Amino acid sequence: MATDPIHQFQIVNLFPVGKIGHTEIAFTNSAAYMVAAVVIISIFLIAGASRRALVPGRIQSAAELTYEFVANTIRSTAGTEGMKFFPFVFTLFTFILTVNLVGLIPYTFTVTTHIVITATLALSVFLTVLVYGFWKNGLHFFNLFVPKGIPVYILPLIVFIEVLSFLSRPISHSVRLFANMLAGHITLKVFASFITLLGGAGIFGIVGATLPLALVVALTALELLVAFLQAYVFAILTCIYLNDAIHPGH
Amino acid sequence: MATNSHTEQPSGHKGAFPPFDSTTFASQLVWLAITFIVLYVLMAKVALPKIGGIIESRQKRIADDIAEAGALKAQSDAALAAYEKALADARAGAQAIANETRDKQAAEAEARRKTLEDGLNAKLAEAEKTIAATKQAAMANVRGIAADATKAIVERLIGKAPADTAVDAAVGEALKS
Repeated sequence: MATDPIHQFQIVNLFPVGKIGHTEIAFTNSAAYMVAAVVIISIFLIAGASRRALVPGRIQSAAELTYEFVANTIRSTAGTEGMKFFPFVFTLFTFILTVNLVGLIPYTFTVTTHIVITATLALSVFLTVLVYGFWKNGLHFFNLFVPKGIPVYILPLIVFIEVLSFLSRPISHSVRLFANMLAGHITLKVFASFITLLGGAGIFGIVGATLPLALVVALTALELLVAFLQAYVFAILTCIYLNDAIHPGH
Repeated sequence: MATNSHTEQPSGHKGAFPPFDSTTFASQLVWLAITFIVLYVLMAKVALPKIGGIIESRQKRIADDIAEAGALKAQSDAALAAYEKALADARAGAQAIANETRDKQAAEAEARRKTLEDGLNAKLAEAEKTIAATKQAAMANVRGIAADATKAIVERLIGKAPADTAVDAAVGEALKS
Protein backbone atom coordinates (compact mmCIF):
# COMPACT_ATOMS: atom_id res chain seq x y z
CA MET A 1 0.00 0.00 0.00
CA ALA A 2 1.23 3.44 -0.86
CA THR A 3 0.36 4.80 2.58
CA ASP A 4 2.74 2.51 4.42
CA PRO A 5 5.44 4.93 5.69
CA ILE A 6 8.04 2.17 5.86
CA HIS A 7 7.59 0.99 2.29
CA GLN A 8 9.82 3.79 0.93
CA PHE A 9 12.84 2.27 2.64
CA GLN A 10 12.41 -1.10 0.95
CA ILE A 11 15.49 -2.40 -0.84
CA VAL A 12 14.47 -3.87 -4.17
CA ASN A 13 16.76 -6.11 -6.19
CA LEU A 14 16.72 -4.87 -9.76
CA PHE A 15 18.99 -7.60 -11.14
CA PRO A 16 21.49 -10.00 -9.60
CA VAL A 17 25.17 -9.42 -10.24
CA GLY A 18 26.93 -12.35 -8.69
CA LYS A 19 27.78 -14.13 -5.49
CA ILE A 20 30.39 -13.61 -2.82
CA GLY A 21 30.55 -16.90 -0.97
CA HIS A 22 26.93 -17.78 -0.32
CA THR A 23 25.75 -14.18 -0.31
CA GLU A 24 24.00 -13.00 -3.41
CA ILE A 25 25.00 -9.55 -4.63
CA ALA A 26 22.38 -7.66 -6.59
CA PHE A 27 22.06 -4.30 -8.23
CA THR A 28 19.39 -2.71 -6.02
CA ASN A 29 17.39 0.49 -6.11
CA SER A 30 19.82 1.80 -3.47
CA ALA A 31 22.75 1.00 -5.80
CA ALA A 32 20.98 2.79 -8.64
CA TYR A 33 20.67 5.94 -6.56
CA MET A 34 24.30 5.74 -5.49
CA VAL A 35 25.38 5.44 -9.12
CA ALA A 36 23.04 8.33 -9.96
CA ALA A 37 24.68 10.43 -7.23
CA VAL A 38 28.13 9.72 -8.64
CA VAL A 39 26.94 10.66 -12.13
CA ILE A 40 25.22 13.85 -10.94
CA ILE A 41 28.21 15.03 -8.89
CA SER A 42 30.69 14.21 -11.64
CA ILE A 43 28.68 15.96 -14.33
CA PHE A 44 28.05 18.96 -12.10
CA LEU A 45 31.69 19.41 -11.14
CA ILE A 46 33.49 18.29 -14.28
CA ALA A 47 31.11 20.08 -16.63
CA GLY A 48 31.18 23.10 -14.34
CA ALA A 49 34.95 23.25 -14.49
CA SER A 50 35.28 22.42 -18.18
CA ARG A 51 35.11 25.99 -19.49
CA ARG A 52 37.80 27.22 -17.09
CA ALA A 53 36.35 30.69 -17.32
CA LEU A 54 38.02 33.53 -15.48
CA VAL A 55 34.61 34.97 -14.75
CA PRO A 56 32.59 31.87 -13.87
CA GLY A 57 29.17 31.03 -15.19
CA ARG A 58 26.38 29.67 -13.00
CA ILE A 59 27.43 26.03 -12.84
CA GLN A 60 31.12 26.83 -12.56
CA SER A 61 30.35 29.33 -9.81
CA ALA A 62 28.38 26.69 -7.91
CA ALA A 63 31.18 24.14 -8.36
CA GLU A 64 33.76 26.65 -7.12
CA LEU A 65 31.50 27.56 -4.22
CA THR A 66 31.24 23.90 -3.18
CA TYR A 67 35.01 23.53 -3.47
CA GLU A 68 35.72 26.63 -1.40
CA PHE A 69 33.06 25.71 1.15
CA VAL A 70 34.55 22.29 1.86
CA ALA A 71 38.12 23.62 1.69
CA ASN A 72 37.32 26.36 4.22
CA THR A 73 35.57 23.87 6.49
CA ILE A 74 38.68 21.70 6.56
CA ARG A 75 41.07 24.63 6.97
CA SER A 76 39.12 26.10 9.86
CA THR A 77 38.78 22.81 11.77
CA ALA A 78 41.88 20.78 10.89
CA GLY A 79 44.28 23.44 9.63
CA THR A 80 46.18 23.40 6.34
CA GLU A 81 47.55 19.95 7.15
CA GLY A 82 43.98 18.70 6.95
CA MET A 83 43.96 19.53 3.23
CA LYS A 84 45.56 16.08 2.71
CA PHE A 85 42.10 14.71 3.30
CA PHE A 86 40.36 17.26 1.11
CA PRO A 87 39.30 14.76 -1.59
CA PHE A 88 38.03 12.35 1.08
CA VAL A 89 35.97 14.97 2.94
CA PHE A 90 34.80 16.47 -0.33
CA THR A 91 33.64 13.08 -1.59
CA LEU A 92 31.84 12.36 1.68
CA PHE A 93 30.13 15.73 1.73
CA THR A 94 28.99 15.78 -1.89
CA PHE A 95 27.95 12.12 -1.83
CA ILE A 96 25.82 12.46 1.30
CA LEU A 97 24.42 15.83 0.22
CA THR A 98 23.43 14.50 -3.20
CA VAL A 99 21.75 11.32 -2.01
CA ASN A 100 19.96 13.32 0.71
CA LEU A 101 18.68 15.89 -1.77
CA VAL A 102 17.75 13.35 -4.45
CA GLY A 103 15.87 11.39 -1.79
CA LEU A 104 13.62 14.39 -1.17
CA ILE A 105 12.12 14.10 -4.65
CA PRO A 106 8.83 12.17 -4.26
CA TYR A 107 8.92 8.49 -5.23
CA THR A 108 12.68 8.33 -4.91
CA PHE A 109 14.79 6.28 -2.52
CA THR A 110 17.10 7.79 0.07
CA VAL A 111 20.36 5.90 0.38
CA THR A 112 21.24 7.43 3.76
CA THR A 113 18.12 6.06 5.45
CA HIS A 114 19.97 2.77 5.77
CA ILE A 115 22.17 2.38 8.82
CA VAL A 116 24.56 0.08 6.99
CA ILE A 117 25.47 2.89 4.60
CA THR A 118 25.97 5.59 7.21
CA ALA A 119 27.79 3.17 9.51
CA THR A 120 30.19 2.22 6.74
CA LEU A 121 30.90 5.85 5.94
CA ALA A 122 31.42 6.64 9.64
CA LEU A 123 33.65 3.58 10.07
CA SER A 124 35.74 4.61 7.08
CA VAL A 125 36.32 7.95 8.80
CA PHE A 126 37.07 6.21 12.11
CA LEU A 127 39.58 3.84 10.50
CA THR A 128 41.19 6.69 8.58
CA VAL A 129 41.67 8.56 11.85
CA LEU A 130 43.12 5.47 13.56
CA VAL A 131 45.46 4.47 10.74
CA TYR A 132 46.66 7.99 9.95
CA GLY A 133 46.92 8.86 13.65
CA PHE A 134 49.20 5.91 14.42
CA TRP A 135 51.13 6.22 11.17
CA LYS A 136 51.91 9.89 11.73
CA ASN A 137 52.24 10.10 15.51
CA GLY A 138 53.12 6.55 16.51
CA LEU A 139 52.38 5.96 20.16
CA HIS A 140 52.01 9.70 20.74
CA PHE A 141 48.55 9.20 19.29
CA PHE A 142 47.54 7.97 22.76
CA ASN A 143 48.10 11.53 24.02
CA LEU A 144 44.66 12.10 22.61
CA PHE A 145 43.23 10.24 25.61
CA VAL A 146 45.37 12.03 28.20
CA PRO A 147 44.37 15.68 28.54
CA LYS A 148 47.04 17.94 29.99
CA GLY A 149 46.74 19.58 33.39
CA ILE A 150 44.60 16.89 34.99
CA PRO A 151 45.42 15.76 38.56
CA VAL A 152 46.89 12.27 38.65
CA TYR A 153 44.26 10.79 40.96
CA ILE A 154 41.38 11.39 38.51
CA LEU A 155 43.47 10.65 35.41
CA PRO A 156 42.35 7.00 35.08
CA LEU A 157 38.73 8.07 35.08
CA ILE A 158 39.36 10.80 32.51
CA VAL A 159 41.30 8.43 30.25
CA PHE A 160 38.50 5.87 30.51
CA ILE A 161 35.93 8.50 29.52
CA GLU A 162 38.09 9.77 26.65
CA VAL A 163 38.58 6.25 25.27
CA LEU A 164 34.88 5.52 25.58
CA SER A 165 33.92 8.75 23.81
CA PHE A 166 36.48 8.02 21.10
CA LEU A 167 35.09 4.54 20.53
CA SER A 168 31.50 5.76 20.46
CA ARG A 169 32.29 8.30 17.76
CA PRO A 170 31.43 6.09 14.76
CA ILE A 171 28.13 5.19 16.42
CA SER A 172 26.99 8.77 17.01
CA HIS A 173 28.48 9.83 13.69
CA SER A 174 26.45 7.27 11.74
CA VAL A 175 23.25 7.21 13.78
CA ARG A 176 22.91 11.01 13.63
CA LEU A 177 22.70 10.99 9.84
CA PHE A 178 20.68 7.80 9.61
CA ALA A 179 18.09 8.79 12.24
CA ASN A 180 17.64 12.29 10.88
CA MET A 181 16.99 11.11 7.36
CA LEU A 182 14.80 8.18 8.43
CA ALA A 183 12.65 10.22 10.81
CA GLY A 184 12.26 13.04 8.32
CA HIS A 185 11.10 10.74 5.56
CA ILE A 186 8.70 8.87 7.84
CA THR A 187 7.17 12.15 9.03
CA LEU A 188 6.78 13.39 5.48
CA LYS A 189 5.17 10.13 4.42
CA VAL A 190 2.76 10.06 7.39
CA PHE A 191 1.52 13.59 6.75
CA ALA A 192 1.33 12.93 3.02
CA SER A 193 -0.82 9.86 3.69
CA PHE A 194 -3.21 12.05 5.72
CA ILE A 195 -3.83 14.05 2.57
CA THR A 196 -4.94 11.00 0.60
CA LEU A 197 -6.98 9.64 3.51
CA LEU A 198 -8.82 12.94 4.05
CA GLY A 199 -9.12 13.52 0.32
CA GLY A 200 -11.12 10.35 0.00
CA ALA A 201 -13.64 11.49 2.66
CA GLY A 202 -15.89 13.83 0.69
CA ILE A 203 -15.93 17.61 0.37
CA PHE A 204 -15.03 18.35 4.00
CA GLY A 205 -12.18 15.94 3.76
CA ILE A 206 -10.76 17.76 0.77
CA VAL A 207 -10.97 21.08 2.63
CA GLY A 208 -9.40 19.47 5.68
CA ALA A 209 -6.65 17.92 3.59
CA THR A 210 -5.18 21.36 2.90
CA LEU A 211 -3.82 21.41 6.45
CA PRO A 212 -1.57 18.34 6.09
CA LEU A 213 -0.71 19.55 2.60
CA ALA A 214 0.57 22.83 4.00
CA LEU A 215 2.43 20.87 6.64
CA VAL A 216 4.05 18.64 4.03
CA VAL A 217 5.18 21.72 2.10
CA ALA A 218 6.68 23.20 5.28
CA LEU A 219 8.24 19.87 6.23
CA THR A 220 9.77 19.52 2.79
CA ALA A 221 11.45 22.88 3.25
CA LEU A 222 12.68 21.77 6.66
CA GLU A 223 13.91 18.46 5.26
CA LEU A 224 15.78 20.34 2.57
CA LEU A 225 17.61 22.16 5.34
CA VAL A 226 18.15 18.94 7.26
CA ALA A 227 19.50 17.22 4.15
CA PHE A 228 22.13 19.94 3.73
CA LEU A 229 22.81 20.31 7.43
CA GLN A 230 23.34 16.61 8.05
CA ALA A 231 25.77 16.37 5.14
CA TYR A 232 27.59 19.41 6.54
CA VAL A 233 27.58 18.02 10.09
CA PHE A 234 28.93 14.72 8.83
CA ALA A 235 31.70 16.52 6.96
CA ILE A 236 32.63 18.87 9.81
CA LEU A 237 32.70 16.02 12.35
CA THR A 238 34.95 14.14 9.94
CA CYS A 239 37.25 17.18 9.90
CA ILE A 240 37.25 17.40 13.71
CA TYR A 241 38.08 13.70 14.03
CA LEU A 242 40.81 14.01 11.40
CA ASN A 243 42.19 16.98 13.33
CA ASP A 244 42.63 14.64 16.30
CA ALA A 245 44.67 12.32 14.09
CA ILE A 246 46.81 15.21 12.84
CA HIS A 247 47.25 17.00 16.19
CA PRO A 248 46.63 14.45 18.94
CA GLY A 249 47.76 16.76 21.76
CA HIS A 250 44.74 18.35 23.41
CA MET B 1 1.82 -4.78 5.33
CA ALA B 2 3.20 -3.79 2.01
CA THR B 3 2.01 -5.98 -0.79
CA ASN B 4 4.62 -5.20 -3.33
CA SER B 5 4.00 -5.29 -7.05
CA HIS B 6 7.57 -6.40 -7.57
CA THR B 7 7.83 -10.10 -8.22
CA GLU B 8 11.32 -10.30 -6.85
CA GLN B 9 10.97 -9.96 -3.13
CA PRO B 10 14.04 -9.72 -0.93
CA SER B 11 13.96 -12.71 1.37
CA GLY B 12 13.04 -12.02 4.96
CA HIS B 13 11.43 -8.72 4.07
CA LYS B 14 8.12 -9.67 5.72
CA GLY B 15 7.95 -7.93 9.09
CA ALA B 16 11.57 -6.80 9.08
CA PHE B 17 12.23 -3.07 9.22
CA PRO B 18 14.08 -2.49 5.91
CA PRO B 19 17.04 -0.50 7.30
CA PHE B 20 17.76 -3.36 9.73
CA ASP B 21 17.23 -6.15 7.20
CA SER B 22 20.65 -7.74 7.17
CA THR B 23 20.05 -9.71 3.97
CA THR B 24 20.34 -6.49 1.97
CA PHE B 25 23.57 -5.37 3.64
CA ALA B 26 25.99 -7.17 1.36
CA SER B 27 24.56 -5.70 -1.83
CA GLN B 28 24.44 -2.21 -0.36
CA LEU B 29 28.00 -2.42 0.92
CA VAL B 30 29.37 -3.66 -2.39
CA TRP B 31 27.71 -0.86 -4.30
CA LEU B 32 28.60 1.74 -1.71
CA ALA B 33 32.25 0.68 -1.96
CA ILE B 34 32.19 0.77 -5.77
CA THR B 35 30.40 4.10 -6.11
CA PHE B 36 32.30 5.78 -3.29
CA ILE B 37 35.69 4.72 -4.62
CA VAL B 38 34.76 5.73 -8.17
CA LEU B 39 33.55 9.09 -6.91
CA TYR B 40 36.68 9.52 -4.80
CA VAL B 41 38.94 8.82 -7.75
CA LEU B 42 36.94 11.13 -10.02
CA MET B 43 37.07 13.91 -7.45
CA ALA B 44 40.70 13.47 -6.44
CA LYS B 45 42.09 13.00 -9.95
CA VAL B 46 39.81 15.04 -12.18
CA ALA B 47 37.31 17.43 -10.65
CA LEU B 48 39.15 18.92 -7.68
CA PRO B 49 42.49 19.61 -9.41
CA LYS B 50 40.54 21.26 -12.21
CA ILE B 51 38.47 23.51 -9.97
CA GLY B 52 41.46 24.19 -7.72
CA GLY B 53 43.47 25.16 -10.79
CA ILE B 54 40.78 27.56 -11.95
CA ILE B 55 40.56 29.23 -8.56
CA GLU B 56 44.33 29.40 -8.24
CA SER B 57 44.84 30.89 -11.68
CA ARG B 58 42.16 33.47 -10.95
CA GLN B 59 43.84 34.40 -7.68
CA LYS B 60 47.17 34.64 -9.47
CA ARG B 61 45.61 36.81 -12.13
CA ILE B 62 44.07 39.08 -9.51
CA ALA B 63 47.37 39.31 -7.62
CA ASP B 64 49.20 40.10 -10.88
CA ASP B 65 46.67 42.77 -11.77
CA ILE B 66 46.96 44.34 -8.34
CA ALA B 67 50.77 44.31 -8.61
CA GLU B 68 50.56 45.91 -12.05
CA ALA B 69 48.18 48.54 -10.76
CA GLY B 70 50.60 49.23 -7.91
CA ALA B 71 53.49 49.64 -10.36
CA LEU B 72 51.43 52.01 -12.50
CA LYS B 73 50.47 53.99 -9.43
CA ALA B 74 54.13 54.28 -8.43
CA GLN B 75 54.90 55.48 -11.94
CA SER B 76 52.20 58.12 -11.88
CA ASP B 77 53.32 59.18 -8.40
CA ALA B 78 56.86 59.61 -9.71
CA ALA B 79 55.56 61.62 -12.67
CA LEU B 80 53.54 63.79 -10.33
CA ALA B 81 56.57 64.34 -8.08
CA ALA B 82 58.70 65.27 -11.13
CA TYR B 83 56.06 67.68 -12.33
CA GLU B 84 55.82 69.29 -8.92
CA LYS B 85 59.59 69.56 -8.70
CA ALA B 86 59.72 71.21 -12.13
CA LEU B 87 56.99 73.59 -11.06
CA ALA B 88 58.84 74.49 -7.88
CA ASP B 89 62.09 74.96 -9.82
CA ALA B 90 60.38 77.24 -12.31
CA ARG B 91 58.84 79.21 -9.50
CA ALA B 92 62.20 79.58 -7.77
CA GLY B 93 63.80 80.61 -11.06
CA ALA B 94 61.13 83.19 -11.68
CA GLN B 95 61.60 84.50 -8.17
CA ALA B 96 65.36 84.76 -8.68
CA ILE B 97 64.99 86.57 -11.99
CA ALA B 98 62.48 88.97 -10.44
CA ASN B 99 64.79 89.65 -7.51
CA GLU B 100 67.76 90.19 -9.77
CA THR B 101 65.85 92.55 -12.03
CA ARG B 102 64.52 94.48 -9.06
CA ASP B 103 67.98 94.82 -7.55
CA LYS B 104 69.51 95.90 -10.85
CA GLN B 105 66.84 98.45 -11.46
CA ALA B 106 67.12 99.77 -7.93
CA ALA B 107 70.89 100.12 -8.34
CA GLU B 108 70.44 101.89 -11.68
CA ALA B 109 67.89 104.24 -10.23
CA GLU B 110 70.17 104.93 -7.30
CA ALA B 111 73.08 105.72 -9.61
CA ARG B 112 70.95 107.94 -11.78
CA ARG B 113 69.62 109.73 -8.72
CA LYS B 114 73.15 110.23 -7.46
CA THR B 115 74.46 111.74 -10.70
CA LEU B 116 71.40 113.97 -10.86
CA GLU B 117 71.92 115.04 -7.26
CA ASP B 118 75.61 115.74 -7.91
CA GLY B 119 74.73 117.83 -10.92
CA LEU B 120 72.16 119.72 -8.94
CA ASN B 121 74.57 120.29 -6.08
CA ALA B 122 77.17 121.58 -8.48
CA LYS B 123 74.66 123.89 -10.07
CA LEU B 124 73.54 125.00 -6.63
CA ALA B 125 77.08 125.79 -5.58
CA GLU B 126 77.68 127.69 -8.80
CA ALA B 127 74.51 129.64 -8.34
CA GLU B 128 75.46 130.45 -4.78
CA LYS B 129 78.85 131.59 -6.01
CA THR B 130 77.20 133.77 -8.63
CA ILE B 131 74.86 135.19 -6.01
CA ALA B 132 77.77 135.99 -3.72
CA ALA B 133 79.71 137.64 -6.56
CA THR B 134 76.66 139.58 -7.64
CA LYS B 135 76.04 140.60 -4.05
CA GLN B 136 79.63 141.71 -3.66
CA ALA B 137 79.44 143.65 -6.88
CA ALA B 138 76.17 145.18 -5.81
CA MET B 139 77.65 146.08 -2.45
CA ALA B 140 80.60 147.70 -4.18
CA ASN B 141 78.18 149.60 -6.41
CA VAL B 142 76.19 150.62 -3.32
CA ARG B 143 79.35 151.97 -1.74
CA GLY B 144 80.21 154.00 -4.87
CA ILE B 145 76.65 155.31 -5.14
CA ALA B 146 76.63 156.13 -1.41
CA ALA B 147 79.95 157.94 -1.72
CA ASP B 148 78.72 159.92 -4.77
CA ALA B 149 75.47 160.72 -2.99
CA THR B 150 77.31 161.78 0.17
CA LYS B 151 79.68 163.93 -1.87
CA ALA B 152 76.78 165.63 -3.66
CA ILE B 153 74.80 166.17 -0.44
CA VAL B 154 77.78 167.58 1.41
CA GLU B 155 78.62 169.79 -1.61
CA ARG B 156 75.11 171.15 -1.58
CA LEU B 157 75.17 171.76 2.13
CA ILE B 158 78.49 173.41 2.48
CA GLY B 159 79.01 174.51 -1.07
CA LYS B 160 82.25 172.77 -1.47
CA ALA B 161 83.12 169.24 -2.43
CA PRO B 162 84.63 167.23 0.35
CA ALA B 163 87.74 165.25 -0.08
CA ASP B 164 87.29 161.80 -1.61
CA THR B 165 89.13 160.05 1.18
CA ALA B 166 86.99 161.69 3.88
CA VAL B 167 83.81 160.72 2.08
CA ASP B 168 85.07 157.21 1.61
CA ALA B 169 85.93 156.88 5.29
CA ALA B 170 82.60 158.30 6.36
CA VAL B 171 80.66 155.96 4.04
CA GLY B 172 82.72 153.02 5.25
CA GLU B 173 81.92 154.05 8.81
CA ALA B 174 78.21 154.35 8.03
CA LEU B 175 78.07 151.04 6.16
CA LYS B 176 79.84 149.24 8.97
CA SER B 177 77.29 150.32 11.58
